[in-house]
Amino acid sequence: MTFDPEELKRLEQEKARWEQQTLGSHLERAPERSDPFTTVSGKPISRLYTPLDIPNLNYQEDLGFPGEYPFTRGVQPTMYRGRFWTMRQYSGFGSAEETNRRYRYLLEQGQMGLSVAFHLPTLMGYDSDHPMAAGEVGKCGAAIDSLQDMQVLLRELPLDKVTTSMTITSTAAVAWAMYIAVCEQMGIPYDRIGGTLQNDILKEYIAQKEYIFPLQPSIRLVTDTIVFGSRHFPKWNTISISGYHIREAGATALQELAFTIADGVTYVEEGIRAGLDVDEFAPRLSFFWDIHNDLFEEIAKFRAARRLWARLMRERFKAKSPRSWILRTHSQTAGVSLTAQQPYVNIARVALQALAGVLGGTQSLHTNSMDEAYALPTQEAVTIALRTQQVIAYETGVTNTVDPLAGSYFIEALTNEMEEGALEYLRRIEELGGMVRAIELGFPQQEIANSAYAYQRAVEREEKVIVGVNRFVDEREQRPIPILSIDEALQQRQVERLALLRKSRDKDRWNRAMDALRAAALGNDPWGKDLLMPKILEAVKAYATVGEIIGLLREVWGEYTELNII
Amino acid sequence: MGNDRKIRVLIAKPGLDGHDRGAKVIARAFRDAGFEVIYTGLRQTPEMIVSAAIQEDVDAIGLSCLSGAHMHLFPKVMELLKAKGVDDILVFGGGTIPDEDISKLKACGVAEVYTPGASTQDAIAFVRENLKQK
Repeated sequence: MTFDPEELKRLEQEKARWEQQTLGSHLERAPERSDPFTTVSGKPISRLYTPLDIPNLNYQEDLGFPGEYPFTRGVQPTMYRGRFWTMRQYSGFGSAEETNRRYRYLLEQGQMGLSVAFHLPTLMGYDSDHPMAAGEVGKCGAAIDSLQDMQVLLRELPLDKVTTSMTITSTAAVAWAMYIAVCEQMGIPYDRIGGTLQNDILKEYIAQKEYIFPLQPSIRLVTDTIVFGSRHFPKWNTISISGYHIREAGATALQELAFTIADGVTYVEEGIRAGLDVDEFAPRLSFFWDIHNDLFEEIAKFRAARRLWARLMRERFKAKSPRSWILRTHSQTAGVSLTAQQPYVNIARVALQALAGVLGGTQSLHTNSMDEAYALPTQEAVTIALRTQQVIAYETGVTNTVDPLAGSYFIEALTNEMEEGALEYLRRIEELGGMVRAIELGFPQQEIANSAYAYQRAVEREEKVIVGVNRFVDEREQRPIPILSIDEALQQRQVERLALLRKSRDKDRWNRAMDALRAAALGNDPWGKDLLMPKILEAVKAYATVGEIIGLLREVWGEYTELNII
Repeated sequence: MGNDRKIRVLIAKPGLDGHDRGAKVIARAFRDAGFEVIYTGLRQTPEMIVSAAIQEDVDAIGLSCLSGAHMHLFPKVMELLKAKGVDDILVFGGGTIPDEDISKLKACGVAEVYTPGASTQDAIAFVRENLKQK
């Protein structure tokens, strides 16, 4: 697609003429709106894009064909003509039983993959009877304290036919071990167990703040799961390198892209340092993007990400397998963009964001529910969210062709700019000494805090319009939407369940398992005899609870204290 | 209160909730508006918050919670303040808090609750106008 230089010169002249004459005279009669014409990230967008904005675009080098390096146009040759993205609604609330019922409902409604939300105590390594769990039980996910709860959560679900994503990070190894144990009980062989573990600890220090241990042992735990996965679970994505949380914390699209790719680079380096060949584990690294309001910025981000990663994996890490070069991603519409005011309007926002994700080429998609700003989704709200995906898939026609926006002067210019901007950030992070060092210095955290503050000020000055919030406000609005509420009695039920579990389990087996785990955590052969996953697997089968396993690791490794960066 | 003493505000994150975007934005907005702001950071127990508030001699406490645990955590803070005989600190809150919970929180003594879409300037004005006499 490299343009003829003579043509470009002529075009430049013609564009200047257009600006002076046609545009110029028009602007005198009808000036443009006073809005700044920036993306939601604050990036300025030009009035018009022409070949002059992408003079050096080379189809083969910069775009290629879908399913081939550099994968700008998509990770498979047929994309959605072969198979739609996996419609995968992130869910979980209250008890394992209630959540199991929601999963079955969603599968009946056409959802294609499962996605587990755990409550905060599980995410933070506390059992439901721990003082820090008070008030939190079942509130933002399912209460899962032990293998017993996991068995109930996954009861009668076709885990041999659908894949399961688990949104859990600091305690991901424990959740994965429980999932594996349940699959074993269901008779599913390891090489048929498919799914994804979020497990991206770096983004916790940067954005989501569900860290537990200090950086080094946390990274060890992530690498441990990657090693274990590469040996036994060919269909399992052991990590979902996430931009979503970074974005939700306030990052711009560019920061989301750059910091996430930088995290990915770190995990690849750690895997190699652990003695793995890059091609042994890179094919099972996966990603997770946010999909925010600016349609084209998001599409460009998705495309730039694939090209960036492919180039990094092939050129920098010398991965030989094409599967190592492919950035596969789940994505979720931006929770932070949804409003408490006039909540039904969120249905429109989510539809547009979901469309951007599809036009961007996502492999898997969660659409938020309209009640996002209030509580976890009601059944009705999540159904509308799922139907939104189905409408896009079946009714809009956007899935008839691969990467429909390729070749758009605007989209290709934006994709180039995203890639360049991200490379600039990657260079800065390298200069700081890599992402781990950057986190210790507070660099990504401060960038995010600055962007979040700048955005809030823009909203409060009405430079950024949010319909229903700072414009088109309805003062008389009643806001009577149904809200999901969590049974407060659940906490007591979990407490009783735990007491019973601790009484009835095999104490010898538990003791042996916990001792073996402690020895491995203290050991100095982390990728050999001291690999932790097998020990954690045995511990969960001995019905050690999340709190007990993580409590042991807290004793051995200590806890992380973050710098307060405002 | 003397004219030259800055209003002191403690911004706190009780419980396990790690969503700190709002708390940080509020903290910075208050700081830019001329308040003295102490940000506690994450994972504060109600006990830690009350203790910090007393130690730092603050005029107001802002509590942020987006995990759904606000109905346990915010009233607990109010309870502990009362138990310590502290009645001159203005307490306000923010987060993912449904309307029906707001009235319950106000009944416990939380003066105002800011939910998604709220303006930092409103919170700042509210605190200025509603400070209790020390």
